Amino acid sequence: MTDLPPDTAPLRVSVWRGAKAGAFETFDVPMQESQTVLDLVAWIQQNADPTLAYRYACRVGMCGSCAMMVNGVPRWTCRTHVSKVMRGGTVQVAPLRNLPVIKDLAVDMDPFFDKWTEAGGAFFPTKSRADAVEPILPETPARQEADAAIECINCAVCYAACDVVSANPDYLGPAALNRAWSLVNDVKDGALDARLTAVSGAGGCHNCHSQQGCVAHCPNELNPTASIAGLKRATVRAALRGKS
Amino acid sequence: MKSHRNHPLWFAFALHRASGLLLALFLPAHFWVLSYALNDAAALDGFLEWTDYTVVKIAEFGLVFLLAVHMFGGLRLMALEWLPWSPHQKTYAAGAVAASFCLSTLFFLSAV
Repeated sequence: MTDLPPDTAPLRVSVWRGAKAGAFETFDVPMQESQTVLDLVAWIQQNADPTLAYRYACRVGMCGSCAMMVNGVPRWTCRTHVSKVMRGGTVQVAPLRNLPVIKDLAVDMDPFFDKWTEAGGAFFPTKSRADAVEPILPETPARQEADAAIECINCAVCYAACDVVSANPDYLGPAALNRAWSLVNDVKDGALDARLTAVSGAGGCHNCHSQQGCVAHCPNELNPTASIAGLKRATVRAALRGKS
Repeated sequence: MKSHRNHPLWFAFALHRASGLLLALFLPAHFWVLSYALNDAAALDGFLEWTDYTVVKIAEFGLVFLLAVHMFGGLRLMALEWLPWSPHQKTYAAGAVAASFCLSTLFFLSAV
């Protein structure tokens, strides 16, 4: 990054401080070219207040750990340029919605990953290392469905964007159900019936109202609503067969 | 403040939900007035005379708008949930429905 001319006005950055109870604190941050929202937060922590808590790792949009609410919208902050979200020289950064705040911008991801497990997110192999490798044909419809859902980085942006999660804390959420759909379409997996039972319970896929906030905000441009719709069809077919 | 709800897909959901609720409120009144057709024809005619008023005509327009919005919103939702289409296929299908709706409306307007 390069510094802009010295007379460039600093950015007014409002950052959430505290846990569930707290308030926004405003910092003046020097503007730079190609600056990301994560750069703003890092600058504050390194130059203005070292007690600021936030989470990040890769800084290149792969690890999914730096998601925050930026001007009220869930975003991956390492790949969000300030120039695209700045409004009138100000940016507001808050912790992700729908998850308990630990401190400042760091949220507790346990409920998110617990639901990932509840939705049958673990792979159950059908072969041992002694068996031949299963041939996977990329052009089969099931593999294409699995491939479309598989690039999730578990950043919880979809979870924060979902109003159904806000209204029903038991709802498994878009990421967990998207993961379940990728495994439903995996011919190597051997837990189809158990997974369909897991995703058709009280907090399961049939809670989804197809508001598609997950689709609108997914940084990897995945379509969790389509995955959830696939689960709805699969669970109805299973129920008609008397399987769940 | 830009909200996480500020996108067309959420507006489509909200329009479908709001139109459904308003139609649910309207339906009991609708059936109540229709019941006069069986029990009290003069009272029904009295109600029907209201349709001469401009404000009632505007309300009727609103009603047809709600019905149309709710019907197309419902068709959209059913296609979204029950047809495993690709995004491109959905765009083409929505375009085809919109074009056919425009053509049929033009035909209807020239017919009346």
